[in-house]
Amino acid sequence: MSNAVEVHSVSKSFGAVKALDDISFEVRAGELFGLVGPDGAGKTTLFRILTTLLVADSGSASVLGLDPVKDLWAIRSRVGYMPGSFALYPDLSVSENLEFFAAVFGTTIEKGYELIEPIYKQLEPFRARRAEALSGGMKQKLALSCALVHRPELLLLDEPTTGVDAVSRREFWDQLGRLKSSGLTIVVSTPYMDEALRCDRVALIHGGRILEVDLPQSIGARYSLPLIAVKGSNRFALLQTLREFPSARSVYLFGDELHYSDKRVNADAGEIAAEVKTFLAQHGHADAETAPITAGIEDSFMELMGSAPAPKAEAA
Amino acid sequence: MNFNALRAFMVKELRHILRDRQTLTVLLMMPLVQVILFGFALRSDVRNIRLVVIDPTPDHATLDLRNRFGATSTFRIVGTYQSTDSLEPLFRAGRADVALVFDPDFASHLNGSEPARLLIAVDASDPNTGTTYLAYVRTVIQSYQAELNQPGRQVEIVTQTRMRFNPTLESVNLFVPGLIALVLVLVSALMTAISLSREKERGTMEVLLVSPLRPQQIIVGKVLPYLALAFANVITALIAAWAVFHVPFRGSVSLLLAESMLYTLVSLALGVLVAARTSSQRAAMLTAMLATMLPNALLSGMIFPIASMPSWLQPFTYIVPARWFILIARGIMLKGIGLTLLWRETLVLSIMALLLLAAAMRSFKPRLE
Repeated sequence: MSNAVEVHSVSKSFGAVKALDDISFEVRAGELFGLVGPDGAGKTTLFRILTTLLVADSGSASVLGLDPVKDLWAIRSRVGYMPGSFALYPDLSVSENLEFFAAVFGTTIEKGYELIEPIYKQLEPFRARRAEALSGGMKQKLALSCALVHRPELLLLDEPTTGVDAVSRREFWDQLGRLKSSGLTIVVSTPYMDEALRCDRVALIHGGRILEVDLPQSIGARYSLPLIAVKGSNRFALLQTLREFPSARSVYLFGDELHYSDKRVNADAGEIAAEVKTFLAQHGHADAETAPITAGIEDSFMELMGSAPAPKAEAA
Repeated sequence: MNFNALRAFMVKELRHILRDRQTLTVLLMMPLVQVILFGFALRSDVRNIRLVVIDPTPDHATLDLRNRFGATSTFRIVGTYQSTDSLEPLFRAGRADVALVFDPDFASHLNGSEPARLLIAVDASDPNTGTTYLAYVRTVIQSYQAELNQPGRQVEIVTQTRMRFNPTLESVNLFVPGLIALVLVLVSALMTAISLSREKERGTMEVLLVSPLRPQQIIVGKVLPYLALAFANVITALIAAWAVFHVPFRGSVSLLLAESMLYTLVSLALGVLVAARTSSQRAAMLTAMLATMLPNALLSGMIFPIASMPSWLQPFTYIVPARWFILIARGIMLKGIGLTLLWRETLVLSIMALLLLAAAMRSFKPRLE
């Protein structure tokens, strides 16, 4: 099958800030593709180039086989886009917002209803309510409905789950899975690693560069260093102490524990865990627990970020 | 052009306007409040008063007085005629500010026992400057009279005055056209600038741009609803002026409404231009204020007569749309003149509208940069 999106060595700068630095990747038709990276990584700039809103300084891109620079009007009617902030009119009601976006794309709610039904159904009890009075999760569903009402061939979602509660986030990803199975190609960006696991493939992006493009599981499996999870009562003090450990490579907070990786690539993780525990006990952390673990995508990401070029001004 | 999309856009704009109750109330009440506020008069200083002399029987006495007017920097004699026939067209076309009409027996009466008679006619469609003109004329005549007065010889010059176009000197008559100009520019330029830049700030502009809507459709969709609001404002201001202050309506109301819409179009285009070139609502609002409100209030002749501005400043008033609109509105309302005399001002406004709309379309980019 052909590629829905192709990006070849695209770079984009804003003044001295290099937002995108020689980015290349492709998204296959029918794929749910994730762009994973922290704030300021360049995700939004990339979306804006794909949606014809910005023109790259160098490199080329193709969206649904069209050139975002030359064929902007052809692309605009075939793509659905949800910007980072839910772009809704707060003073218009739920149905008025949807009606408006349907009309703007030359269609009606009825014509697009089939695709949006499972999402919009949940909003229908509130159809007369103004968008400003909706919860974050509801706004997100309405914005998604607005982006889908003209039955686009490609859906581009810029951090759709930021500022939305955990339940709504899960529901949202369920909907994306459903849309994908209907044949829609979806590119979605997220700062959350758990969401990355729900994508077919992900690109890790940091500092305007793509670090890795792979299956989300494989990215974790590629991690080759011994990794130890450390638990203790005072995480901050633990972090300080662990960084003093002679063979420490990196230590970072991970949820309510710490992840520690060691410089000795081929050493046995179990032995290192024991060493670390002894070291911590000697330094006043008698209650610290250590255990070897398998790396996840987030560990890979931290590792890749650590070896990425120095962070630029915007990330500082 | 997708007409459904355009209609949906205008419906959406109207909803924005109608749902923001506070702003709508302010906008609709503004003409009323302003008519009442501007009921106050403002005095002003004048130079270069264009004087027309009607002298049926020129002789040494009338020539003497005429020369005194000509010698001051305050007056400039723009014409001397023997009959009053030519006076009316001059006033209507706005080519004379003051007319001095000598009585045929002026010279003989001046030397005889009867009082010498003189008629002073003033274009008082701007009542502030009208009274000022009159005061200057009187000063010159009084000093002339005082010089002629010798012990044993009392000269009496009796003057009669006609305040043309605005006999009761209601300053509100002057301000109504000016404040219509101000209200229109405020509603149009400021509100379109704000509403367009609000789309940018909310992020909805990003979606509008990604949609198949063309920039022209977005501009037309933004501009037309405000044209309707501005129309309502003109009506309110006119009704308030007529009902509260009995401002006269000598000319065609439909012509005035049509000219108002032309002027509104100029203001709307300015608003779009400002919004296209600023990035935040606040910047758009301040720029729109600076670019429209201030020049239109201060340099249009609404409050301060253009004739009394420093000469280097006067050329700038030509680029102020309100200057032209005020001339048109005063002409229609107070003088009752029509397009035959106002075509020049109308043409200037039309050219301004076209240039600004073209500039607005050009600066409204189909992309984010």
